[in-house]
Amino acid sequence: MKKLSALLLTAIVVLTIGSVALGQGVLKVATEAGFMPFEYVDAQTGELMGFDMDLIRAVGEVLGLEVQIDNIAWDGLIPALLNGNYDCLIAGITITPERQQAVDFSEPYFESVLTVVTKNGAEISGLDGLAGKIAAVQINTTGDFAASDLADAGELKSVSRYDTVADAMQAVIIGAADVVLIDLPVANAYLQANPAAPLHHVGPVADNEFYGIAVNKTNKALLEQINSALAELKANGTYEQIFQKWFGAN
Amino acid sequence: MGFRWDLVWSSLPTLLQGAKLTVQLTSIAVFFGIILGTIAGITRISKSPLRLAAASYIDIIRGTPLLVQTFLIFYGLPSLISRPIPAYTAAVLALSINSGAYVGEIVRSGIQSIDKGQWEAASSLGLSGSQTMGLIILPQAFRRILPPLGNEFIALLKDSSLVSIIALEELVRKGQIIIGRTFRPFEVWLAVAIIYFVMTFIVSHLVNVVERKVTAA
Repeated sequence: MKKLSALLLTAIVVLTIGSVALGQGVLKVATEAGFMPFEYVDAQTGELMGFDMDLIRAVGEVLGLEVQIDNIAWDGLIPALLNGNYDCLIAGITITPERQQAVDFSEPYFESVLTVVTKNGAEISGLDGLAGKIAAVQINTTGDFAASDLADAGELKSVSRYDTVADAMQAVIIGAADVVLIDLPVANAYLQANPAAPLHHVGPVADNEFYGIAVNKTNKALLEQINSALAELKANGTYEQIFQKWFGAN
Repeated sequence: MGFRWDLVWSSLPTLLQGAKLTVQLTSIAVFFGIILGTIAGITRISKSPLRLAAASYIDIIRGTPLLVQTFLIFYGLPSLISRPIPAYTAAVLALSINSGAYVGEIVRSGIQSIDKGQWEAASSLGLSGSQTMGLIILPQAFRRILPPLGNEFIALLKDSSLVSIIALEELVRKGQIIIGRTFRPFEVWLAVAIIYFVMTFIVSHLVNVVERKVTAA
């Protein structure tokens, strides 16, 4: 028994030292790659692509840090940041007062807005007139929060919470839900990537939201570094280049 | 960032709502699982032409993940029958069909563990094959398979958390929702774990009680 615990202790010590050593000069980033065009896995290469991915890699370049990005569950992002597994999160995360109680956010780097995705032919034009309808959302997103508020107010029959955007969209396609409440750029990218899906969106339906890079509250130094890097990227035109690459058509 | 017991307590009402759905889904699946499993188990070792179907059912279901089965039923089946399947129905179907396969193997092993002499004795008393199975073999087999059946139900109770992926708000999903609004994973997952433990503890206790009753009888 003593031998076993000594072995375990050694293993823990070695693993900890190992990861600290690895942490030198590395920016450990987590995302959830189900949020095209901000973050997604390229079907051919298996690489993480998207606006957020380009942006955080550019931030790493400015800061002289090697950027390591892990693709994890949306639901686990903030918990994984809080327990120290990652230095920051970039995943199209809207800055909300509730989230700000748990983590710090960088200066906003993207302005977004919610939309309603529904089946072609459905007579739905916005958040009004959803009484009796079922909304599919990705769990714990601003779409979820907005739908939950509507459901509490009786302006929506119920909310079905899925793990991914794709699952929520699929729920509407198979008729398990009537609408998806989701960020407009993501709805656009989904509809472009899936032209056969019998879906459309109705345009902006709520106030604008702002995405931020999330950093642990105990790591103010990194927050400042990220903010100054973002400012530099905006000043030197890199931000505009990345923006044009992903949203140039608009 | 100390441990916040108040959060454990304030999560409880919502979590217990989820636990109610967990118990509901599991109970229904156990009910249908026993029926399906008994039929499949008996058919598999019978001389009936259906025995191949029973064997394939057991092998295919045991050889594929419950997660995939749930996805197939919820997302796949509607396009085949061109009408939506409510998540609740899909979950009950997936859990019952899955449980039936495992129960089928348990029933089969239970029947085969009964001494062949019992069949010979029954037939010498003039009992038919189905009479022997229903009156002599199954009651004895039931006694023997109770412990593995209990295991299966405990496993099913825990596995039912998988149906959260089709948006059913059972215990795990309720926990995820609370964490998404409080960002206190440790407290909430601890509360979820405790509720699961209490439920499985009760199930294993119930199985023990039934086991004592039937052995005493």
